[in-house]
Order: sequence, then C-alpha cells, then structure tokens
Amino acid sequence: MASHLGGLSGAPVVRVESLVRRFGPRTVLDGLSLDIEKGEFVALLGRSGSGKSTLLRALADLDDKVSGSGRLETPDKKSVVFQDARLLPWKRVLENVVLGLDLPDAAERGRVALEEVGLSGRETAWPVELSGGEQQRVALARSLVRDPDLLLADEPFGALDALTRLRMHDLLRQLCARHQPAVLLVTHDVDEAVTLADRVLVLDNGAIAADIVIDVPRPRDHGDRRFGEIRSELLRHLGLDTKPLLPI
Amino acid sequence: MNAFSTTASSTIPYASDERGLIPPAVQTRKTGARRRLALGRAIPFGALIGPILLLVIWSIGSIAGVIDPRTLPAPWSVVGTAVDLIAEGKLQEHLMTSAWRAAQGLVFGILIGTILALISGLSRLGEAIIDGPVQIKRAIPTLALIPLLMLWFGIGEGMKVTTIALAVLIPIYIQTHSSLRSIDSRYVELAQTLRMGYGEFIRQVILPGALPGFFLGLRFAVTYAWLSLVVVEQVNATSGIGYMIDLARNYGQTDVVIVGLVVYALLGLASDGIVRLFQERSLSWRRTLAD
Ligand SMILES: Nc1ncnc2c1ncn2[C@@H]1O[C@H](COP(=O)(O)OP(=O)(O)OP(=O)(O)O)[C@@H](O)[C@H]1O
Ligand SMILES: [Mg+2]
Repeated sequence: MASHLGGLSGAPVVRVESLVRRFGPRTVLDGLSLDIEKGEFVALLGRSGSGKSTLLRALADLDDKVSGSGRLETPDKKSVVFQDARLLPWKRVLENVVLGLDLPDAAERGRVALEEVGLSGRETAWPVELSGGEQQRVALARSLVRDPDLLLADEPFGALDALTRLRMHDLLRQLCARHQPAVLLVTHDVDEAVTLADRVLVLDNGAIAADIVIDVPRPRDHGDRRFGEIRSELLRHLGLDTKPLLPI
Repeated sequence: MNAFSTTASSTIPYASDERGLIPPAVQTRKTGARRRLALGRAIPFGALIGPILLLVIWSIGSIAGVIDPRTLPAPWSVVGTAVDLIAEGKLQEHLMTSAWRAAQGLVFGILIGTILALISGLSRLGEAIIDGPVQIKRAIPTLALIPLLMLWFGIGEGMKVTTIALAVLIPIYIQTHSSLRSIDSRYVELAQTLRMGYGEFIRQVILPGALPGFFLGLRFAVTYAWLSLVVVEQVNATSGIGYMIDLARNYGQTDVVIVGLVVYALLGLASDGIVRLFQERSLSWRRTLAD
C-alpha cells in the first residue's frame, strides 16, 4: 500500500502515526497513520461522521481541546480553506487576502493572488458584495498568498453549484501546479476526488481503509475506463454498490 | 437539437404575448405583491411634518387666545426670549457649561466602559472580577446614587461628571462585552490558522467585531448622559441649562423653561445624529447589506 512512498526523494511533509482522537467515549480516529509527500495532492473520502474533519483539524492544529494521542508532523507553513469562505466581513477583499501576512510587499502579493483567482479589480469590495463562488476564490487566494507547504481544505466547494464547482476544480489544479503545496482535500464527491488528486484515501472506522494512487492520465475524463474502475472501487469502500438498484 | 430548442424558447413568450394571456397575469401578480408588502416611497423630509404640524397648532392656539401665555407662551415670544438670552450671553454660557459636563462624563464613561468590557471580554479572570460589580451597579439606578456621590464628592463638578460617567459606562460595557463574546468562533479559528499574533488578533478581529455593539452602547450612552445631566443640574448647580430651567421655574418664566427644553432636544438630536454618522462610516461593511 505504501509502495509509492519508497521511490520519492526526501521526507514526507506530513507524517501521522497512530493518531487517536476521542470525543467523550467515542473514538473517532483510532490509530490512524498517513504520510503525504511534498507537492502531493491527496483527496480524503469517507462517510459522513467518519472523522474526516477531525483529522483535518488535527493537522491544522485546531484541536487542542480534543483528547487523544499519536505523533503528528506537519510543516509550519500551512493554510486552511474551510467549507465557508470565512472572510472577515469588516475587511475589504484585499485586506482579507493579506490578513496576518507580515511582509513588506504583502499588498502586492495579495493583488497577484487575487489576479490568479480571477478577481483583480475587486480588491476594495466588501465580502458581502461577492457571490459564494467569488468568496471561496478569495479564500483560496488568502491561502495561496502564504505559499504554504501544505494546503488543507475541508469540502471547500461543498456549498457551490455544479458549474462553479467544475470551474473551481480547474482553478485549484492550476494553482496547485504553480505553487506546488502538498494538498489534503476532504470531499464527499468521488468524481471530484478522482479528477483532482494524485492519491485518494478512504477513511473508515477511524483509520485509512483504502489508499489508491490515481493513475489516470490528465486531463482526466469521467468517461475514461480506468476512471470508472477507480470510481467503482472507491464507492465499494464507501459501502455503496455501483450495481443499479432497479433492473433496467 | 440545439437550434430547435433555441427557437422554441424564443417563440413561446412571443406566442403567449400575442395571445395576451400569460405576461399580463404574471405582471399583475408581481405588482400586487409589491404593493401589499412594501411601505411605498419615502416622503421627502417626512420626519419634519409632525413637528411642523405641532408648531402650527401651537401658533394658531396662541393667536386665537385658546392657549394661556402663562401656560405656554406663543412660539414667537419663546424665540424672542431665546434671542434676548443669547444677546445677554446667558444661553451660551449655560450651554457651554452643560455641554462640557456631558462631554467629560461621556469621555470618562466611554473610556472606562470600553476598557472594562475589553478586560472582562478577553479574559476569564477579568470577567470574574469585573462583570459582577458592573451588573450590581447596573441594577442600581444611577440617579439613586446621587446622594452617596454628594457625600463623597460634594456638590461640585466632580460629583456631576462622576454621575454622568457612571450612567454612561453601563450601556457601553454591556453592549461591547456582549458583542465581543458573540464574535463567531470560526473567526477565532481563522486567526489561529493564519498564525496571527495576539495583538493583531485583537486589532483585526476582536475590535472590529465588537464595534457594532460598541456603537449601539454609544447611542444609549449619549441619551443617558443627557438624562443624568438634567438631573444633576436640577439637584444643585449654579450654572448650566438645567440650572437655568430651575431658576426660571422659581420666577414663573415659562418661556425660559421652554427655551431650555428646546436646547435639550436639539442637543439630544444633534448628538444622536453625530453618533449615527460615525456608526454608518465605521460599519459601512454592514450598510452595503442593507442598501
Ligand atoms: N466537537 C465535537 N464534540 C463532540 N463530538 C464531535 C465533535 N466534533 C466531531 N464530533 C464527532 O466526531 C465524529 C466525526 O466528526 P467529523 O466532523 O470529523 O466527521 P466528518 O467525516 O467530517 O463528517 P462530514 O462528512 O459530515 O463532515 C462525528 O460522529 C461527530 O459527531
Ligand atoms: Mg466534515
């Protein structure tokens, strides 16, 4: 399962060993181990309540109130994209992008990042003046302007309509190709995972139940035979049968 | 296929238009709903209509002799009195004294209220120490404290400013504190993932987030400041609008009393207007929602 790790040079940027996280009597993560290589795009699938967000929050150091154990190694430079864009409503778009960025050329970097996500010209808009998709693009710009080594995203496109989602997929791919962060993308959408990721994980019973390297050449086509095989395999791991429920 | 669907979609409204069936029905329903729910267009300077009407009734009553001038002097004699008072320099002098008292009380009250709200909003220990006493203070009407404050501070300016400041700090504290505490924890998480320092977190997230509450408190505070001013000036003072009114009452000068009341009204309206102006400026990120 971990064979693909051997050939790559350098240490992984994320190293998780026997991670345990509990909420009261409920053990959500139960001895989970995971490595993510430099620049690798990993998608994380799992049933609702399987602990995907719990894992992501652990990686983002947002779980200091949660009890548990284990070894966690993450880079210092990491960014999080939440399901909601989480822009500060009282800051203009550009200020939101460079929030907390303590660099002399912060504003200039912010402008470049906004241009990358196709929002130049909206620097002085208030967040309420943007559409949902635009807000999420600002959030993406805010994450990438920090040049993270690790990008953590928890269903970042969950609230967007299908068309905007597809656009965001392209954008995310492009941006990741340029900035080369390692990515952990939590999603419910199997197609999204297979389209975007180098590797797809399935979380079940508090551990990684499947770890599949996506060997479909890019650009990936949903109609591709290999794409279909991987999708079926993932759905099986998620407890869904791909056989039609009704005889047609 | 594509061509067919475009022609089809463009012919349908045209055809129904011709028959004159669907569009009119849709239209009536729309305007009907609008009429029922909305208030309609604002009347220009509508806020002035009520007061002007009162003024007209007052004038007519005075001319017709229905209103006894000892009860309520005619509007023009009140204006005349005001002009006389200004010419003598008395009105300005009293006004300055009152405004200065209110301003000092407001500044101290706002400063203390804000600082207490920040300490108690940002630390558990601060809350444990500060919140209780403030709630107790809140339960005692400020005006009931005047006798005690007179014993402590005498009857000079110190007592008056303290009374006003005590009245002012309560709404500032309550509103700022509750607005601080209701800042969405998701923003706190965000600040954490952006690795903001504590100082920056306070400046970028906490203070702007608490600003709506602060302004709400400020509008109450200004009202409370004038309210306490009126009382402290009538209890014991040798200057100020309240003193002017009290003195006029002793001599039965209804017109002077009314001049004083008008000045209070103008001060109250003006200060509320100023606060609202600041509020709109600083909270323009919210106003865009309301537009
Ligand atoms: N703060 C919390 N307190 C108590 N239980 C929690 C808390 N956060 C999560 N849980 C529990 O942990 C489990 C995993 O939650 P988590 O949010 O990680 O699931 P998820 O895989 O992200 O689900 P979804 O796909 O629906 O977002 C759930 O059963 C949830 O009830
Ligand atoms: Mg989740």
